[in-house]
Amino acid sequence: MALISGWGRFPVVDTDLLTPRSFGAVDDAIAATSGGVARGNGRAYGDAGIGVNQTIGMTAFDRIRSFDPATGRIRLEAGVLLSDMIDTFGPRGFLPYVVPGTRFVSVGGAIAADVHGKNHHCEGGFGRYVDKILLRTGSGETIEVSREENPDVFRATIGGMGLTGVILEATLRLRPVETGWIRERVISASDLHAAMRALDAGDSATYSVAWIDCVARGSDLGRSLIYLGEHARASELPQGAEAFSRGQDPRLNVPIDLPSMTLNRYSVRAFNELYYRMGARRAGGSHLVSIFPYFFPLDGVGGWNRIYGRRGFLQHQCVIPQDGALAVLGDILDRVSRRGDASFLAVLKKLGQGDGLMSFPMPGYTLALDFPVTGSIMNFLDEIDRLVVAAGGRLYLAKDARQSRATFEAGYPALQRFKEIRASLDPSRKIRSKLSQRLFDEVQP
Amino acid sequence: MNSRKIVLVLGGSSDIGRATARSFAKAGWDVQLAGRDAAALEPDAADLHARYGISASTHRFDVLDTASFDGFVAGLAALPDVVTSIVGLLGSQETAERDLDHATTIMRSNYEGPALILGLFAEKFLARGSGSIVGVSSVAGDRGRASNYVYGSAKAGFSAFLSGLRARASRGGVHVGTVKPGFVRTKMTEGMKLIGPLTVEAQVVGDAIFGAVERRTDVVYVSGKWRLVMLIIKALPEAVFKKLKF
Ligand SMILES: Cc1cc2nc3c(=O)[nH]c(=O)nc-3n(C[C@H](O)[C@H](O)[C@H](O)COP(=O)(O)OP(=O)(O)OC[C@H]3O[C@@H](n4cnc5c(N)ncnc54)[C@H](O)[C@@H]3O)c2cc1C
Repeated sequence: MALISGWGRFPVVDTDLLTPRSFGAVDDAIAATSGGVARGNGRAYGDAGIGVNQTIGMTAFDRIRSFDPATGRIRLEAGVLLSDMIDTFGPRGFLPYVVPGTRFVSVGGAIAADVHGKNHHCEGGFGRYVDKILLRTGSGETIEVSREENPDVFRATIGGMGLTGVILEATLRLRPVETGWIRERVISASDLHAAMRALDAGDSATYSVAWIDCVARGSDLGRSLIYLGEHARASELPQGAEAFSRGQDPRLNVPIDLPSMTLNRYSVRAFNELYYRMGARRAGGSHLVSIFPYFFPLDGVGGWNRIYGRRGFLQHQCVIPQDGALAVLGDILDRVSRRGDASFLAVLKKLGQGDGLMSFPMPGYTLALDFPVTGSIMNFLDEIDRLVVAAGGRLYLAKDARQSRATFEAGYPALQRFKEIRASLDPSRKIRSKLSQRLFDEVQP
Repeated sequence: MNSRKIVLVLGGSSDIGRATARSFAKAGWDVQLAGRDAAALEPDAADLHARYGISASTHRFDVLDTASFDGFVAGLAALPDVVTSIVGLLGSQETAERDLDHATTIMRSNYEGPALILGLFAEKFLARGSGSIVGVSSVAGDRGRASNYVYGSAKAGFSAFLSGLRARASRGGVHVGTVKPGFVRTKMTEGMKLIGPLTVEAQVVGDAIFGAVERRTDVVYVSGKWRLVMLIIKALPEAVFKKLKF
């Protein structure tokens, strides 16, 4: 048995942690499980990557099977990390089409959560660039799924949070790039309305995201910095600049749990004020940034999840459909700023249509907030969830550790179809996670 | 004609073996992967080719089958520029205390086999007048401990073999390196209690082996902390050491 948790370090669960090193050993693990799920690199915040009784760690599967430099098509094992792909193929002129805010996620985890990046509004999610998946189902079968072969299972696996089976391999398309640099433009917005307008205006930009000062109140509510970006061409680099500068390991590490004292409304307020001022000063012009700080600002601080202290933290990420989003997001931000213990990190971004049956994205705005786990936080987030549901929105399963069944059911209308597909693949219900148990498995007698 | 340099990795299917192959392939070397089950090495060879565009071949090699060594060396399509042995078996000290077969297997896997095969390559390299040989030994060979002296003594023998070979081979232009990892997070140590600050990932060892070849280093402690730890442990008088729970 091993105590494991997601990136938010809440909840902590005791399960058997299995670490197969061959596909045959994955078979054995599935055959032996009485409720287990695959786990990639543990970057989901909540309980998605934790099995009810067994958790099947997949990071040993880190081989690239084949790569075609003419087309950018790559076949690889599910445990390969995006960081590994970027380090290996970036210098050869290829990057993943979609990357989340950390590069330390596995391909299996990126498919299972159909992760979105700063380009979702125009280029879609990770699953869109997946052509084929080799899947081991709960009944022990190995099937190849794609848009042509078993298309239903394919659509259920993208964004299916590991619940259709264990992803062994995938075939993806990589994006040809000339450099490892992004031409970035920063826009400052004085309030939420201006922020949303700036994101709308940035619809044609490949990458766009807004960082919100979630401590600001009143007429400053929602004041933000909007970051737009395009891949820089080789001709745009200054002379002598390296086309691809390698990612560095985190220089700064948080080795111990900080006492939760360090995170209080004063320190958070000071941080937000400083961040906003420094960003606003850079606003206007455009400049070149390496992909590493651009896409993965938090990867510079290893183990930063520890700054929230021993009790862990929750991320709350919702998406609100376009219509009426201003009022709802304004209401949420207002409550958060009045509460005062919100995160350093409040991110607002536009999403487009999702591709998987259970994919989180829908056209609209997504807001992500962090909260330390405290006595009153659950009730507070339940209140926020009511606003989300009333607006026709939903919460991101890769970040969730606490939403109610009702919130989930209201947000994911394809659930019934997903359950049917799951039942056909895994009649005896071997594949179960703490998340599925919490949100939709039939309650065990 | 292929002008890329070639590294032969003995023990290619181990975590450190795979990491070592990646370190060399990343720098543009061709790789010969050798292990007991050549077919099982195919995915690793494909991985190296897909990542780095180099060519990688697989070879059957069993460290206990010393009779096959001459044939193994002769059967390689090309004599490598570098050979490194990652082969080793931790085994179980407790079992080895009662079971001679197990003790013998540990001793042969960590000393006899690796020493003999590297010795063979040394002859070839000396005849050619160039080459680098790197043996992966262990800090466990620096002083026998109650908890793993069967393994440790075999590693000690291997370290001594390498240092003698080094003295002789250096006169013929051949480099011999000894790499001593401490705790490494691999399948061999899975589930063991490792001391965090003294533990490294397999890739760190792979890079250290590559670095030893590049810089023609004699002895490398993979984590510098171990050099200090072992310095102290080696300096302890036997009367004190035997009382330590270690
Ligand atoms: C700092 C930070 C920033 C982030 N930013 C973003 C972001 O911008 N956009 C975004 O979309 N997400 C973001 N995330 C969330 C993260 O991308 C997802 O949670 C991702 O799924 C994590 O991948 P993982 O390999 O760590 O998987 P895990 O956390 O281990 O598992 C996640 C899910 O994938 C499943 N899974 C993993 N491997 C397999 C497999 N081989 N077969 C089947 N199922 C599998 C698990 O069962 C689980 O349901 C962020 C996370 C962090 C920590």
